[in-house]
Amino acid sequence: MKLTLRVWRQKNADADGAMSTYEVDGISSDMSFLEMLDTLNEELILRGEDPVAFDHDCREGICGACSLVINGDAHGPERTTTCQLHMRSFSDGDTIDVEPWRASAFPVIKDLVVDRSAFDRIIQAGGYITAPTGAAPEAHATPVPKPDADFAFEHAECIGCGACVAACPNGAAMLFTSAKVNHLNVLPQGAPERETRVLDMVEQMDEEGFGGCTLTGECATACPKGIPLVSITSMNKEWLRATRKVARR
Amino acid sequence: MTYTDYATGEPVADTKAPTGPVAERWDKRRFEAKLVNPANRRKHTVIVVGTGLAGGSAGATLAEQGYHVVQFCYQDSPRRAHSIAAQGGINAAKNYRNDGDSIHRLFYDTVKGGDFRARESNVHRLAQISVEIIDQCVAQGVPFAREYGGLLDTRSFGGVQVSRTFYARGQTGQQLLLGAYQALSRQIAAGNIEMHPRTEMLDLIVVDGRARGIVARDLVTGRIDTYFADAVVLASGGYGNVFYLSTNAMNSNATAIWRAHRRGAHFANPCFTQIHPTCIPRTGDHQSKLTLMSESLRNDGRIWVPKAKGDTRPPNRIPEDERDYYLERIYPSFGNLVPRDIASRAAKNVCDEGRGVGPGGQGVYLDFADAIQRMGRAAVEAKYGNLFDMYQRITDEDPYEVPMRIYPAVHYTMGGLWVDYDLQTTIPGLFAIGEANFSDHGANRLGASALMQGLADGYFVLPATINDYLARNPHQDAVTGEHPAVQEVLAETEDRLNLLLAVDGDRTPDSFHREVGELMWEFCGMARTDSGLRKALERIPQIREEFWRRIKVPGTGEEFNQSLEKANRVVDYLELAELMCLDALHRAESCGGHFREESQTPDGEAARRDDEFAYAAAWEFTGTGEAPVLHKEDLVFEYVHPTQRSYA
Repeated sequence: MKLTLRVWRQKNADADGAMSTYEVDGISSDMSFLEMLDTLNEELILRGEDPVAFDHDCREGICGACSLVINGDAHGPERTTTCQLHMRSFSDGDTIDVEPWRASAFPVIKDLVVDRSAFDRIIQAGGYITAPTGAAPEAHATPVPKPDADFAFEHAECIGCGACVAACPNGAAMLFTSAKVNHLNVLPQGAPERETRVLDMVEQMDEEGFGGCTLTGECATACPKGIPLVSITSMNKEWLRATRKVARR
Repeated sequence: MTYTDYATGEPVADTKAPTGPVAERWDKRRFEAKLVNPANRRKHTVIVVGTGLAGGSAGATLAEQGYHVVQFCYQDSPRRAHSIAAQGGINAAKNYRNDGDSIHRLFYDTVKGGDFRARESNVHRLAQISVEIIDQCVAQGVPFAREYGGLLDTRSFGGVQVSRTFYARGQTGQQLLLGAYQALSRQIAAGNIEMHPRTEMLDLIVVDGRARGIVARDLVTGRIDTYFADAVVLASGGYGNVFYLSTNAMNSNATAIWRAHRRGAHFANPCFTQIHPTCIPRTGDHQSKLTLMSESLRNDGRIWVPKAKGDTRPPNRIPEDERDYYLERIYPSFGNLVPRDIASRAAKNVCDEGRGVGPGGQGVYLDFADAIQRMGRAAVEAKYGNLFDMYQRITDEDPYEVPMRIYPAVHYTMGGLWVDYDLQTTIPGLFAIGEANFSDHGANRLGASALMQGLADGYFVLPATINDYLARNPHQDAVTGEHPAVQEVLAETEDRLNLLLAVDGDRTPDSFHREVGELMWEFCGMARTDSGLRKALERIPQIREEFWRRIKVPGTGEEFNQSLEKANRVVDYLELAELMCLDALHRAESCGGHFREESQTPDGEAARRDDEFAYAAAWEFTGTGEAPVLHKEDLVFEYVHPTQRSYA
């Protein structure tokens, strides 16, 4: 198929950006969206033009590197990552808009590549269990009820891609933060740091300049891993509980 | 002198492995290794390159011990290293199933699975540590699958008859990596690790014969800088991307280990590559990478092809008695769970016979109809749901209705930098851990053992052995940028990148990568021959010559430039490919993943030649395109007696 692409081009963080139009031909419906962009880039290089920069790595939907807003939707029309989106979701003759994640906490580095290091700093603020190597008790010493283990896993699936932030009209990072809080706070191993974890992570999230949450739910709709919206409610409950408990101390 | 006229040098010996009963060697080594006083540790800087399971766990643990760690990854975040894509699970000899497992059995299975080309000392240590890894990961909050009673669940993997694989649905690598990443994050926040994301190592700095730092490029600004340390740890993963199409991440590359090799680190068993039997077949020339379908699927899926050649009927129209469940037929005791090398070769054989399915006949069926009937669709969904979804997204076929089509693809590299028992390379002060080294898997890695090895190296082995090196080499003398050796490496790196930008030819980096990859797949892939390897060895220098004449890299070096990154990685693939072919040519036996057509048993299995080849081949670099020197490390088997592997 033949397609028209309108792609955000921006030389670097300080430069102004704009949409540029490209035509691509001979696109197979079996191609992934990124393979379609590879095809464009091969042509651009041979024409002596700067290829379109975009983040990508595993191309199997798990590393969380790929991050494109396609026709206004984070990761495009299907509920998956950009790398797992295939061209069979489009039709011959379509015009497709391709933009980077847009959020003030995710500044553009070049073209479609953004800086998501704010997420790393949120994890650094408390998204871990303090368990130095060698200090671990026997794994079966603490059984974990299966529903709790499943709840933890469901939230631990987050790939940190940032689609939730890109989809949110406020640019909030509540779904990302709540996924990690819920993963660790439900486990017995996570209990000793339960209060500090949620308080510190939320504080860091605010410091990074993410917007406030108004529960519009766009985040959960865009999440390629299906982290549910109630995750945010659970985190709010954890935060309230922690605030009260710390106040009592 | 041509490239194939290599000389055989002095043998290499693993001088760090203790003698005595195999089960006591690790304790013995840990006791004999010198320690660094906790107060002195903060004076030592250790560079760690890579943040996968090995690098992430090593960085976190070294920082916990009090060392100053400077860590690098090319990804935008350490959480994205390619370990994250490992699906199936991690082995551990916990024997929670009471099914006869033990440390000794895991040791035995791994030595046998590796087709008797791994060191007994290393493998035994790995089996011992496997038990501690599970404890460590559970303590970190890794959400492993659990039974209703709240205890950990396990499943079976290829090449073994016990159920010792711990898992987190089809995302075990992700969950283990996030555990290591979170431990790393804690140390970054504590100021014990200086983390450099989006920064790629381009060369190794060796001063007075010791590894003292690296040259790295900031991928955002393009700035090339030097970083100094008392020891350097490479945890940069394997080199499977030399094949262009593989299950590796697009940007996984061999530059760190290859540059270290060029600086004097021996490269061992480069031809030992693993072709994974269950990957989604390629669909066309646009294909940029291949996707693995976890080996765990072979627990419940049955592999078959039509009995008749050229049978183009849809699978559900082929009656039961016209199907050939060839693995169950040839290997009745292991059935669909034979080791990877055997399953891959069997798939190739039936496709070569003209019985392959799907486009181009390059595929076999992995059928869940029986499993769905036996367990019900819901149970299959709970176990493999995410894999089935991924398959459907990529192929547009519903594996609950139609059998999956799979075909082997490059997945893992058992070869890597030669290391001793301490995981130190032949350059003092340079360590290699995880897939970057060659040490534990011999000629074939068993499923769910890569995660085990990465974490064993990073959490437990390296943090114990690196102390010994640092204690013996306190390095009072700081290296600075003015040192001539540093200036030289820096200048070479800058020259190389400038040259790539200056050629301004008419071919893209990808076109060269694809060309060398296809050549490797054809001649150094699932089956290798003397004549084929010689053809490849003739062609590779020609491609290299053409590369430096025709490469086109747009833009400049002082900016975010993905074409430049790519081209620079291809430079190293074009040298590494040559060494892989030479190693495959010189090893005129078949073993594990290395199948030489000239050396097979009457029924087509790999025939080892232990009298001639029971050694690890460690190659020394002498110059681009120049014959390397072969150093042999003899492998001694005191506990697991080498036999023809039998899974029948």
